[in-house]
Amino acid sequence: MTDNRKMNILVPILSVLLGFLVGAIIMIAYGYNPIAGYSALFQGAFGSLYNVGETIRRTIPLVLTGLAVAFAFRAGLFNIGAEGQVFVGWFAAVWVGVTFELPAIIHIPVAILAAALAGAIWAAVPGILKATRGVHEVVVTIMMNYIALHVTNYLIRTVLSDGGSQSARISQSASLSTQGLKEMFGYSQIHWGFVVSIILAVFIWFFLERTTYGFELRAVGFNPNAANYAGMSVKRNIILAMMLSGALAGVGGAMEGIGTFGYMYTHASYTNLGFDGIAVALLGANTAPGVVIAAFLFGALKVGALSMPPLSGVPSELVDIVIAMIIFFVAASYMIRLLILRFSKGEK
Amino acid sequence: MEFIDQLVAMMPMVLFYSAPLIFTAIGGVFSERSGVVNIGLEGLMVIGAFSGIVFNIFFADTLGAATPWLSLVAGAIAAGIFSIMHAVAAVSFRANQVVSGVAINMMAVGLGVFLTREIFGRGQTDSITQPFYTETIPFLSEIPIIGDMFFNGVYITSYIAIGVAVLAWFVLYKTTFGLRLRAVGEHPMAADTNGINVTKMRYIAVILSGLLAGLGGATYALTISLSFAGSTISGQGFMSLAAVIFGKWHPLGALGAAVFFGFAQALSVVGNNFDFLSEVPSVYLVILPYVLTVLALAGFIGRAEAPKANGEPYIKGSR
Repeated sequence: MTDNRKMNILVPILSVLLGFLVGAIIMIAYGYNPIAGYSALFQGAFGSLYNVGETIRRTIPLVLTGLAVAFAFRAGLFNIGAEGQVFVGWFAAVWVGVTFELPAIIHIPVAILAAALAGAIWAAVPGILKATRGVHEVVVTIMMNYIALHVTNYLIRTVLSDGGSQSARISQSASLSTQGLKEMFGYSQIHWGFVVSIILAVFIWFFLERTTYGFELRAVGFNPNAANYAGMSVKRNIILAMMLSGALAGVGGAMEGIGTFGYMYTHASYTNLGFDGIAVALLGANTAPGVVIAAFLFGALKVGALSMPPLSGVPSELVDIVIAMIIFFVAASYMIRLLILRFSKGEK
Repeated sequence: MEFIDQLVAMMPMVLFYSAPLIFTAIGGVFSERSGVVNIGLEGLMVIGAFSGIVFNIFFADTLGAATPWLSLVAGAIAAGIFSIMHAVAAVSFRANQVVSGVAINMMAVGLGVFLTREIFGRGQTDSITQPFYTETIPFLSEIPIIGDMFFNGVYITSYIAIGVAVLAWFVLYKTTFGLRLRAVGEHPMAADTNGINVTKMRYIAVILSGLLAGLGGATYALTISLSFAGSTISGQGFMSLAAVIFGKWHPLGALGAAVFFGFAQALSVVGNNFDFLSEVPSVYLVILPYVLTVLALAGFIGRAEAPKANGEPYIKGSR
């Protein structure tokens, strides 16, 4: 009844429900009708083809940052630096898109690979420090996030423009967005990046669950000492896991660069794609299919939130509170597990 | 000596930028020394800034000149209460402390802006009418050079911040309470065996970090931003966390690191006044604190050793 598999599914579902419950309580406390609020949210996320298109394009980078965090988690690493890796990936993809003239079939993959490479290099710093000097990756990645934010802003002003706050548009041959697809979804910002996300999700699932490399990574994550004893190189696996994780987040940035926007602008603060990726990975229990589902939920929540103020008067920040509560409940899943255990014991 | 003059003229600005970082970093020292990682410092600063501003706006008329002081207290208390959430998750429910901290950060911005919209009808509060003003200390400010550096046109909050850091050093290293707090962060099982209540100590430490981060956020709001919006606190909490580590988890080290980071911030604002810096893009100064922290962690600037049990929930009876 209470085996691990069931728990892994029950805990996220209960956390989401509890998160929505807290949101409803807050709405009631401030004199809103929670049913009106949540139906506005639903309308905003799925009300028309336009909204569905927006939800999908919001989901695309979240799948990738979610995969990035989940992948690192499986190897026992906490990549809180997806935020910074998104910036450098975004920059690299736009740089390739602006600088070169190539046929689309080459231009798009090159832009995405450049983003992956940039993300991987950015993540290699904490990876190498962790592997060789035992420095905890969390703090290093936080610092790398700020370095990425300020450095990419600087590069946008100097390399991608003449002191401006945004780059030129990428050439059409590097763009993932096409008129036909946009038209189909009511002129939303949807782009072909969803294909990239799905391919990479399948790849990560296969890599982790069906290859020796994936097995080694998971072994190192489970118990580095045992993995070392079995002849696996812990150091190499840590660096490799961190770099692949960074590559995924970098591609997430590319999705914004050559998909949604087609350019890059200077950021005053984070995109939050990386931090949301942590939430997505946790809720998805660090598995590829779970990440895709959780990313879709968060994509829908983020897009739906925009319709809450006009349709129901509820400030859109309510959704941020709901998302924070969901993460909180997943994080404190010990509490939920205890509750479920107690409940099921009572049944017997 | 034009260079020295400019450096002297910059000092009050350094103190002004450092104060919020010092408060928050000292909070971080308490939490991390007890073995609880607190990535939520940023969010706790947000709550402190929000509460300080709202309190100031609502009570400015009745409280008059005492308003900014009580606003600081309000910000500290609100963030102290908010930090209980982190304590409950991290200490009682054995949550991953980093994840819980991330949740705190998201929650704080969401809640702060949500309530701002509820109260003011838009995403930003009004500007406060009772902020802190710069002061010139009589007599001391007349001392040549030093007077201009430390006692002319400064905020009282900067002195309080430095005082708090020294007090924190005394508490952590010269009192039984401090010894127990550090013991719980190094080896909770040994501490438990000696009759120290690990859960209680960690709760106290996390709430102290909430109070101090709230004080930091309120200080930032009442001296620098003078209003609250979702973007008021953008990175100061993480920079304070960097100061904790760069300062090697020691209150006076954190104080030094926070002042140094304040110096880097001030330099990135007024750096163009210096001849030798005018050619250097400001981005180097902006990223300096973060780069130095990475280098410190990597062991290039002395070894930064974290408290042994930092980040690990304590489960009674486990080994």
